[in-house]
Amino acid sequence: MAASSQIVVDNVSHLYRPPRGREVLALDQISIEIANREFVALLGPSGCGKSTLLYLIGGFLPVETGSILVDGIPVVGPGPDRGIVFQHFALFPWKTVRGNVLYGLERQGMRKEEREKRAMDFIQLVGLQGFEDSYPAQLSGGMKQRTAIARTLAFDPKILLMDEPFGALDAQTRGLMQSELLRIWQRTPKTVIFVTHDVQEAVYLADRVAVMSARPGRIKTIVDTKFDKNDRDIHKDKGFVEKVDELWSLVREEAIKAQGKRI
Amino acid sequence: MTRLTQSGKEIFRYTPLLLIALAWEMVSRLELVSTTALPPLSEVIVAWIDMIKSGELINNGIASLYRGAAGLALSIAIGATLGIVMAWWKTVNLLVAPLVEVFYPLPKSALIPVTVIWLGFGDGSKILLIFLGCMLPVTIGAFNGARSSEQVLVWSARSMGAHKLRMLWDVVVPSAMPELLNGIRTALALSFILLVSSELIVAQKGFGYLIGYLGANGNYDAMYAVVLSVAFLGFAADRAYLMIAKRVLAWRE
Repeated sequence: MAASSQIVVDNVSHLYRPPRGREVLALDQISIEIANREFVALLGPSGCGKSTLLYLIGGFLPVETGSILVDGIPVVGPGPDRGIVFQHFALFPWKTVRGNVLYGLERQGMRKEEREKRAMDFIQLVGLQGFEDSYPAQLSGGMKQRTAIARTLAFDPKILLMDEPFGALDAQTRGLMQSELLRIWQRTPKTVIFVTHDVQEAVYLADRVAVMSARPGRIKTIVDTKFDKNDRDIHKDKGFVEKVDELWSLVREEAIKAQGKRI
Repeated sequence: MTRLTQSGKEIFRYTPLLLIALAWEMVSRLELVSTTALPPLSEVIVAWIDMIKSGELINNGIASLYRGAAGLALSIAIGATLGIVMAWWKTVNLLVAPLVEVFYPLPKSALIPVTVIWLGFGDGSKILLIFLGCMLPVTIGAFNGARSSEQVLVWSARSMGAHKLRMLWDVVVPSAMPELLNGIRTALALSFILLVSSELIVAQKGFGYLIGYLGANGNYDAMYAVVLSVAFLGFAADRAYLMIAKRVLAWRE
């Protein structure tokens, strides 16, 4: 495992310091290794620090305790080797769909014709042809997230960080987006770290699911969840259902703890 | 159809102005007020046409508009930059914020004699005054707007390879745009106020000079003609500005 690990998180703790009030230990001695082209879900109750861990790997927050290596190099800041997709899309509202998708390509200094073509390819990949000149305000939630995914995939990061990307979508759209993500992932394989609190989503999408405990966030256990992604009826498969149940009970304990602490 | 009713409504909105114009003409014609204090509107219009023909209004108008445009342009360029830099670099904010707070409530017309001492009676003192008076609303708009830029947008740009200055230009500036444009609108109105008041006090040309000069010589119908011209220009500038701002912010839908 270690030899082929692309991302190595070693003993990382993180203190959250709110502008007012006491500091909180958000992450406590997290260690996890993720292989090249692996799809890993971080699953846990709200406030367990799973997004914080993602932001640390993304380089958006400073690693103060422990270390995070990506391809053997310590993370010191954000970079185009790690693309991110946020829950609330984080599209540039003043840019059209095309403008958003082009942005990363412009930053890479790609030639004009080349980047225009590439942007259109990815807009097509997520099924948004005909909307290239729309502004985000004119799109539905699902379309916004497709745009965000196209924008991130277009500049071809090796690693895709996804922060509850379907959390703001309605149930039907979410289901569609999940299978679409798998389809895209199979076409352009990347290492994916996917944060979610939806158990079924985690089991369906990921190769492995890291279950996190209530605050302070620790990795409670890592469960293998490799299923046939092309099976349309996988949700009814006995093994799948049992796996979801198993993970549910693990998460429920933590959710109850989290609630208890808040009251 | 809808467009017709729309513009019909727009015109209808301004009928009170027409009523006031009629009332003005009547009270003056019936000599309900002294015609020196309020010459009939029709005579004001005649005076206006004469001044256009003689070039008096145009020449003074160009002088004023040059001063106003230069002062406003400076205040927008420097004010917006200052506001964004303050929002992004804490030390700059710590240094500059107290100055802004103290200077903001100062009536800028109090600086008219000061700018004259510094730069004399010509264009320079007016441009400086308008610049000083209009800068802070722009700075404050840019500052508040820039501070409201979303963390995730900043992060997105950074993760796509934008270095810090690039990100500032690509994310913080457009995020600041709605509030910045509001600040500039305030500055636009202030620029007219400061322009005319500074020209009234010390100038050899310009709208304000003309108003003062004509008034002092008892040429009241011409004086009113200039006052109305300035009022109309201010109104037209604001409308035009709103249209431009709406286009710039078209993405907000």
